[in-house]
Amino acid sequence: MLKVFKALVKRDMTLAWRRRTDLLNAVLFFVMVSSLFPLAIGADPKLLRLIGPGVVWVGALLSCQLTLPRLFASDHADQTLEAMVLAPTPLSVLVLAKVLSHWLCANMPLVFIAPVLGMQFGLGPEALGVLALSLALGTPSLSLIGAIAGALTLGLRGAGMLVALLVLPLYCPVLIMGCLAVEATVSGLSPEPYLLLLAAFSLATVAIGPWAIATAIGIAYE
Amino acid sequence: MSSATPNQALIGSRWFKYASPATFYPLAGTLAPWFAVLSLLLFGLGLYISFFVAPTDAQQGEAYRIIFIHVPAAWMSMVIYLAMAFWAGLGLAFHTRLSGMMASALAPSGALFTVIALWTGAFWGKPTWGAWWVWDARLTSELLLLFLYLGFMALQAAIEDPRRADRAGALLALVGVVNIPIIYFSVQWWNTLHQGASVSFTRAPSMAMTMLEGMMVMSLACWAYVFAVVLWRVRKIILIRERNSDWVRQLQQKGVL
Repeated sequence: MLKVFKALVKRDMTLAWRRRTDLLNAVLFFVMVSSLFPLAIGADPKLLRLIGPGVVWVGALLSCQLTLPRLFASDHADQTLEAMVLAPTPLSVLVLAKVLSHWLCANMPLVFIAPVLGMQFGLGPEALGVLALSLALGTPSLSLIGAIAGALTLGLRGAGMLVALLVLPLYCPVLIMGCLAVEATVSGLSPEPYLLLLAAFSLATVAIGPWAIATAIGIAYE
Repeated sequence: MSSATPNQALIGSRWFKYASPATFYPLAGTLAPWFAVLSLLLFGLGLYISFFVAPTDAQQGEAYRIIFIHVPAAWMSMVIYLAMAFWAGLGLAFHTRLSGMMASALAPSGALFTVIALWTGAFWGKPTWGAWWVWDARLTSELLLLFLYLGFMALQAAIEDPRRADRAGALLALVGVVNIPIIYFSVQWWNTLHQGASVSFTRAPSMAMTMLEGMMVMSLACWAYVFAVVLWRVRKIILIRERNSDWVRQLQQKGVL
């Protein structure tokens, strides 16, 4: 089972690498969205420091959600997904591998770029570290919850928009905890409780998510 | 008959009789008008208590009277989501067709009550807080609840195959119901950190008995309304889904439809 898991991660990573412009576009989108806010609101350093964590987190949320429809779409189109449903390995293990590679390709770059964007908003070194850490802890749950929506909308017209409608309300707890962690650091408090809550939420989605995703794919192929 | 397997015995029992759309359709048709009449009577009584019996509030004057629709609507918005998730889970577990239809019939009513709760909340907020909208924890989580309802309806509308729409919606409703407490607590936590207690829901310490009575009667009226409307709506859904079945054709031949 572990061998299949590894092989699938490797395959998805290779595929993502072959179409790397797609991933680059998502990252570029993240950078652009975050850079729009100072233009819209003004360059007052105090104000920017206040909204910085929130803007970067919302940018990450939107960028992650943009890459979601592609998670299962190409496998659905060439019927690889159907083979996965029929495979002897449990589907929940296979989807976990797919989600893991999605996180590595689409969300991990955000974790590394976020501190650079945070600098644009005048966040201190400590806050930048917490920002990256909170994204690293929170984004796995974004990938998992998003994958449920991606599986539910398999093969539907206008799936991209629908995925956004379905996942954004479910993303709110992660957004709140992530921003609170950075804000706590900025105001001199410990970010630890929020980071622990983020980790707990991500672990809970790792436990429940694969089952829900597998069920959703099963529904689409019934 | 004595050789009936346990499975057949289960299906034959009274509990499962109405799980079939064909038997539930006439039952819903009989019950719906009763609930409609009950709801009208209760609304009449409730509105009379709210406007003429309940005393004027010492702090908020007459503006508080919107509580009589606001609070029942907010309760209903949450109860209906739970009911929806209950039917969704049942349908997902037992493959019963009617459960999915009940879930889709409940969603519009739930969304309606969420909108009413938000709307009347805005009307109440303006005279008492001086603002149409405040990012209070309850308002915010109610707004997110509305988004969950709309997402459920959007997903079901996007899927053409009704069986898949039922099951996909069911899974989404279950994911939502797991998330609702988490959303509620995180929003509450976010709220206490962002703004002080300048705005709070604290009302007069002890609510007058007549006020409570008015609220209860209005809640019962809303319950009866939801029963009536959902039964009506589920009848329409049954007819649409079962339009090619024999029993619907027989109804058509009899001229009932």
